[in-house]
Amino acid sequence: MASFLELTNISKRFGGVQALADVSLTLEAGEVHCLVGENGSGKSTLIKIISGVQAPESGGHIVIEGREYAHLTPVESTRCGIQVIYQDLSLFPNLTVAENIAVGQHLGGFHGVNWDQIRQVAKKAMERIGVSLDLDAKVSDLSIANRQLVAICRAMAADAKLVIMDEPTASLTRHEVDSLLSLVRDLKRKNICIVFVSHRLDEVLEVAERVTVLRDGKKVGTFDASEMNNRKLGVLMTGKEFHYALSETDLSAQETVLSVRNLGRSGDYAGINLDVRAGEIVGITGLLGSGRTELALSLFGMNPPETGEIRLRGKALALKSNREAIDHGIAYVSEDRLTMGLVLEQPISSNAIVTILDKLARRFNLIPADERSETVDRWVKDLSIKVSNTENPVKTLSGGNQQRVVLAKWMATSPQLLILDSPTVGVDISAKDGIYEIVRGLAAKGVAVILISDEIPEVLYHSHRILIMRNGKITGEFDAHKSSEDELRVAVNA
Amino acid sequence: MTPNKLQNPLLGLFGSLTSDVINRRLVILLVALLVSFGLIVGENFFTMATMQSMAFQLPELGILSLAMMITLISGGLNLAIISTANLCALAMAYILTKFVPGSEGFAWVAWQVIAVMAGLAVAAVIGLLNGFVIAYLGVSPILATLGTMTMVKGISIGMTRGNVISGLPDPILFLGNGTVFGVPTAMLIFAAVAIPMAIMLGRTPLGTAIYMIGSNEQATRFSGIDTKRVILKIYLISSLLAAVAALVMMARFNSANASYAESYLLVTILAAVLGGVDPMGGFGKIAGVILSLVILQVISSAFNLLSFSQFLTLAIWGAILIAVTAVPNIRSRLGLKT
Amino acid sequence: MPESFARFRRSHEFWLLMVIAALVVFLSIATDSFLTFQNLFDLLTSYAFLGILAAGLLVVLISGGIDISFTATASIAQYVTMLLANRYGLDWFTVFALATTVGIACGAINAVLVDRLNISSIIVTIATLNIFFGLLVFVTGGKYIYSLPDWFSKGIYWFEYIDANEISYGINLQILALVVMFALTWLILNRTNIGRQIYALGGNREAAQRLGFNVFRLNLLVYCYMGLTAGVASLTQAQLAQSVAPTVLVGKELDVLAAVVLGGASLMGGVGTVLGTILGLTLLAVMQNGLILMGVSSYWSQFFVGAVILISVSATALSSRRKRKGAMTA
Repeated sequence: MASFLELTNISKRFGGVQALADVSLTLEAGEVHCLVGENGSGKSTLIKIISGVQAPESGGHIVIEGREYAHLTPVESTRCGIQVIYQDLSLFPNLTVAENIAVGQHLGGFHGVNWDQIRQVAKKAMERIGVSLDLDAKVSDLSIANRQLVAICRAMAADAKLVIMDEPTASLTRHEVDSLLSLVRDLKRKNICIVFVSHRLDEVLEVAERVTVLRDGKKVGTFDASEMNNRKLGVLMTGKEFHYALSETDLSAQETVLSVRNLGRSGDYAGINLDVRAGEIVGITGLLGSGRTELALSLFGMNPPETGEIRLRGKALALKSNREAIDHGIAYVSEDRLTMGLVLEQPISSNAIVTILDKLARRFNLIPADERSETVDRWVKDLSIKVSNTENPVKTLSGGNQQRVVLAKWMATSPQLLILDSPTVGVDISAKDGIYEIVRGLAAKGVAVILISDEIPEVLYHSHRILIMRNGKITGEFDAHKSSEDELRVAVNA
Repeated sequence: MTPNKLQNPLLGLFGSLTSDVINRRLVILLVALLVSFGLIVGENFFTMATMQSMAFQLPELGILSLAMMITLISGGLNLAIISTANLCALAMAYILTKFVPGSEGFAWVAWQVIAVMAGLAVAAVIGLLNGFVIAYLGVSPILATLGTMTMVKGISIGMTRGNVISGLPDPILFLGNGTVFGVPTAMLIFAAVAIPMAIMLGRTPLGTAIYMIGSNEQATRFSGIDTKRVILKIYLISSLLAAVAALVMMARFNSANASYAESYLLVTILAAVLGGVDPMGGFGKIAGVILSLVILQVISSAFNLLSFSQFLTLAIWGAILIAVTAVPNIRSRLGLKT
Repeated sequence: MPESFARFRRSHEFWLLMVIAALVVFLSIATDSFLTFQNLFDLLTSYAFLGILAAGLLVVLISGGIDISFTATASIAQYVTMLLANRYGLDWFTVFALATTVGIACGAINAVLVDRLNISSIIVTIATLNIFFGLLVFVTGGKYIYSLPDWFSKGIYWFEYIDANEISYGINLQILALVVMFALTWLILNRTNIGRQIYALGGNREAAQRLGFNVFRLNLLVYCYMGLTAGVASLTQAQLAQSVAPTVLVGKELDVLAAVVLGGASLMGGVGTVLGTILGLTLLAVMQNGLILMGVSSYWSQFFVGAVILISVSATALSSRRKRKGAMTA
């Protein structure tokens, strides 16, 4: 049986960067194939080439159902039955479910709208995957899980033969992930090929038949999912073996910096008890919806808890704003660096000092120019930030260097407690170690650190203790050196 | 590494006149225009009278441009500056014409001071309203300031029925028409607001916060800055600047009216954008705006001497605004660095 | 269909309807002359100009843009058309064709500047407002046209009805144009794929591009439609005023924007209905009319318009903020 899609010798260069180097791949009809790789591995470029948004360098071949193309256009790609569901879903929030699903009816030259037909098309698409949503509901009123279903229905309405889903489970709860995975199996039975792009290795292995690993633009290999496990995949993706970065230390003599008792906020988390000592790195992990970020924001003064108390070095805090939290010595590195962590268009120097502007001011509330540049230069040196001119916009830096600027601005506040939320997202593998090293350095100086992450290896190998959160409660505590990745995985997914 | 910055903020301000890329281009443009107009218009152009009339006209437009500029940098827009200025002028003129004539000595001085205070107070109320609606209620600046603009103009018309209030006392007139050692007082007032504004934007925490908010309000908020308070301050400052402009305008025209200077709105946006302010927010320096104001004033005076109709001038301003905003976009499209 | 009625009850249009109803009741009691056929007929006729423009602006706002140059466009359309009509003695069809062509041309200029040069629409249309207006007054010298072709001055008067007081009513040019333009706008927005594409573009521009919508073509259509409505509106105003003045229309942009925004359209795009715009216009008209009939000096009417705009946009912003807070997941 001929494959549905065959890619041979696909390469792509963007300026000086080789995004893809000689990648070959085949996809069979009705198979569930997962594409995994770290940031910068070339996954998104590959998807764009398959969907026709980008063209490969000459020498590459694309064969779809026997027909050969040197490159595709979006229209051709759609005509071949290729549908991409991007992470942002590309839906129209102001339109109804029916209209979003049947939006293909609106394409083409000027013609009238047949609302009955729109409803028919939408209904048929929903039936195909066994879903029933309110056709007249506005998409903006739907939950993310339901919006995803709408996006999938739209792919069905377009007679998709290959559906590529980019990080589909990033915002779903466990229950919703289960529904999605069983839907994927249904689609497979209808002989539709699904390509799942995800870094959630557990889900990947649950549903995939084959897994392709990309690293630094090259294909590491295509493997049978049954022969894979998380550890092996992690090693293939990063090219490195994991090992404990922290030595076993006895921190019981250290002062307790953060003490949280019975903290609760309805809808987010409840009954949280937590202690973090000076120099300790506590990892928190769990699925989405577990309340991790909400808890972090509460500690940072942006999501006031309803019950319980927070004590910093014994002193009770009632934080009304993040400014108060910062003044008390609490710092928060938010998970979305590009929209919440940095102001990309502004200079590196402004970004680095934005948290301490008032502290830098001298007479007449003026910040002397050389005070500003000295402070920035000092951080650049201390954190080894590769930069040619600190007045350049911070978006000109690589992901890893950008994250160092973020760390610089928080370290400038002399924090007692540093909360990191998914700190290495969007950072190349090679740069991750640098970030971890900075964090370890801070802990060594006595800062209490909370490390929140999706990735179990990240919390396991870089914290002293790990807490598991689910549905707003802490459901488990593990000593890093005494636990294994599998133990944690079981605890997270149980 | 980081460029060596001068310690004294004032020197830094003038230093940037030549070091900043945008400002360098503006200086070149200015020289080119002076030369061309000198050739076209002839000797009339470089007379003392022409220079003086430019120096008298620039301040009111200049102060209004500062009022527009600060909101543009923050990523917003203040469409209400002209109507705010008019209402402030009417408030001041009312007190000046009602209570000042006939009073003497201390009272005569006091009433004039009260009048100016009243103008600033009116501006403060409008500015706080704008700031509150935009920062705390989350209304888009275009809609909010359109609403206040209409409302404020409505108050002006309602109270005056479209009539003019005129006949102001001499000290006030001096502010608009007098000179001190040959420099028009109005120009001194402009300098007195422009220099602190430049220092505020370039050297204070508030200034840095304004630029950061203009590019990304959310990230700035997550860094611990009370962005709502900053935005409130921005619209308050903008309004107060409009009040100062009102004082100068009123002094120059010796009258106040609900509909003066409405054609200025476009020109203030033009002056800001030509001066390097990004209409999307986050960028722009006072020095650049001052340079662009000089350029626009030169063009305006030249047109005057060439007897261009004011309407043709309006059309040309519009075309220049399009050209100025289009050029960086075209350059980035072609892959050239700005 | 109880579900769709429940949806209507929660909508912006419903609340508008309630406010208007309350106002109407209040004014019928407080004044003798509000709820008379004559008053309402005159009101409808005099607000036709704003209404037709509102229909065009609605489409622009839905697409995610804004246009404040349409009064200048209307002024040009009016002047050119009437000048030529006087000189060459044209007919209804040609006159409308001419006005709409001028309007479409101005709109096309806006579309090209916004789309091709990638400048924000508020800045573009502030600029073109001044360019169009400045050039018009410069070229014409600000001269009024007082005499219009007879057949045009007479206008049209269909289904004439004379009441007991010997006052005649009928469907005049203004009302006819208003009804036709609102109907046309409704048809385009709700019954054509282009109209739905416009909604989609305003809702998620990037998704629209990814799906293959021709964004330039949509922008062109949207701004040209605004120009078309400006052309039509300009003729109704000329006929009503029995004259053409190049400077009299500019300044009314905010009234039109007020009507559309009151009707629920958002500057963000993707939101807004013809019914809402009609109701927004009605609210504005009833309010201003009420103020006059109640003896409030007309000099204060602009203040009330501004206040109502502020209150309305604040309420909209607050309620969407509340909705967003509820749906947030961190």
